[in-house]
Amino acid sequence: MNITQQDVEKVAQLARLAVTADEKETFAKQLTQILTHVDKLKQYDTTGIEPTATVTGQVNVFREDLVRSSLPVDKALMNAPERESDGFVVPKIIEER
Amino acid sequence: MSLHKLSLVELHKKFTAGEVTATEIVGAYFLRISQVEPKVKAFVTQSKDAAYGQAEALDQKLKVWRKTYPLTGMPLAVKDNICTDGVPTTCSSRMLQNFVPPYDATVVSRLRSQEYILVGKTNLDEFAMGSSTENSAFGPSRNPWNLHCVPGGSSGGSAAAVAAEECVAALGSDTGGSIRQPAAFCGVVGLKPTYGRVSRYGLVAFASSLDQIGPITRNVSDAALLLQVIAGHDPMDSTSVDCSVPDYLKALQKRDLKSMRVGVPVEFFTEGLDPEVEQAVRGAIGELKQLGAEVKEIRLPRTDAAVAVYYVIATAEASSNLARFDGVKFGFRAKETKDLLDLYMKTRQEGFGPEVKRRIMLGAYVLSAGYYDAYYGKAQAVRTLVCQDFDAAFKEVDLIVTPATPTPAFRLGEKSEDPLQMYLSDIFTISVNLAGLPAIALPCGFTRAGLPIGLQLIGRAFEEDTMLRAAHAYEQSTQWWTKRAVLR
Repeated sequence: MNITQQDVEKVAQLARLAVTADEKETFAKQLTQILTHVDKLKQYDTTGIEPTATVTGQVNVFREDLVRSSLPVDKALMNAPERESDGFVVPKIIEER
Repeated sequence: MSLHKLSLVELHKKFTAGEVTATEIVGAYFLRISQVEPKVKAFVTQSKDAAYGQAEALDQKLKVWRKTYPLTGMPLAVKDNICTDGVPTTCSSRMLQNFVPPYDATVVSRLRSQEYILVGKTNLDEFAMGSSTENSAFGPSRNPWNLHCVPGGSSGGSAAAVAAEECVAALGSDTGGSIRQPAAFCGVVGLKPTYGRVSRYGLVAFASSLDQIGPITRNVSDAALLLQVIAGHDPMDSTSVDCSVPDYLKALQKRDLKSMRVGVPVEFFTEGLDPEVEQAVRGAIGELKQLGAEVKEIRLPRTDAAVAVYYVIATAEASSNLARFDGVKFGFRAKETKDLLDLYMKTRQEGFGPEVKRRIMLGAYVLSAGYYDAYYGKAQAVRTLVCQDFDAAFKEVDLIVTPATPTPAFRLGEKSEDPLQMYLSDIFTISVNLAGLPAIALPCGFTRAGLPIGLQLIGRAFEEDTMLRAAHAYEQSTQWWTKRAVLR
């Protein structure tokens, strides 16, 4: 397995991570090394083996649909990097034509 | 005897008997912290003022009505990825440096309802990703047995704080060994409960199908006591399992291991196992025999795959879980960004450290179009094989015994430049998380250089009681736990 700097750039974009040129080089090397180790999974025959996503076997845990108290607005906003009255402030997301 | 030397069970006995006040306990611990913390660096946040306030209020209240719970007045530390209402919870990350949770994790509200006293929040590898605490954005913690060595990780701060007697017990979290490996490195007891035994509500998620919260303590009885308080179903965590919780302290009463079948997996005793660790663990296995256990060799043939499976599944889950850190609702936000995408990209670039970035990218890669089946799908299928190995083994035995780690604590900086070598240091603990089983690490000896060696016992799902019973019988017959680190 060989991860190129272009691969790193693409995956960093998917993960919404800006990376420097130095990071691209280091990560390409390290991810190659790790994925080469991971390639040993190919030795294991998994034909007809069900994948395991979770071990307890629980599916669709439901609860009663009841009204209950939730976090007050002020507490929900207390860690906001930027807020205005009862909302989070974000950059404009609709571009002008 | 100084109060900080006592175990949780002993300290609580003294406290309920009225021989010591909560204020005296808190005083003794913060004196101890002031002496050793500059060397150990176990804490991210200390809550001294709040602890004194709580202790004084508790002492006043108890003058009128002497009702106590098993943790009343007990000074505990909590790993800094477990939310504490009003007390910063940083995950040792720049991303959450100023984050103050508006609610308690379920485990914390359970401790609070027992009137425990929070000493502080302990250091970890950023977002629990690492095996040495060297990935903390606030600097590494040190191993109390040798300050040039790592305490292990990711719950290294909790293990170091317990070993250095800066708290009577602590909570950690374990995704691939993050409770057991630091416990082994620091010569204390660390227990990872069965997946679903303890609520994860309020634990900052790393890999949701693997994470569990558990106790780090001076001895096995303390671990049983603390597990008793935090175990049980929680409607706020849909993966917590609704089944009855046995009386763990009662399970310890039986001191022999007659009719207990203990398996020794041959795959754990191969190349890479330090000879001193092997010798100590073989000695412990002999001791289990002496106590009446029937010991036999077993096979866990897919052990070799565990690290590879883990680093696909854990990173895939992490890349998804950590998507929430976007600089909008809480946490760090980069300055001077030109649009929303730029805000995301820069916030995450500046907020996360290198190991977290590496894992997010690895996770995004194995989940991306064209690689999903080859990596993520394959890893999930091999995870099934790892589970099948344990299922087969537990048809023959009641308990599995292994070394907790292949080596004793390594030196700071020794593995920090080589992520794969760091990952491989968790080789004996990782498969347990993949199978969701309970396991405990406890001291079983020391190297000639004086570093602790850890034994691991692995139980059947939801049979923590059997595992604790064996651990306790072994501990009581050997007394390794009574040896304490001398800080120099």
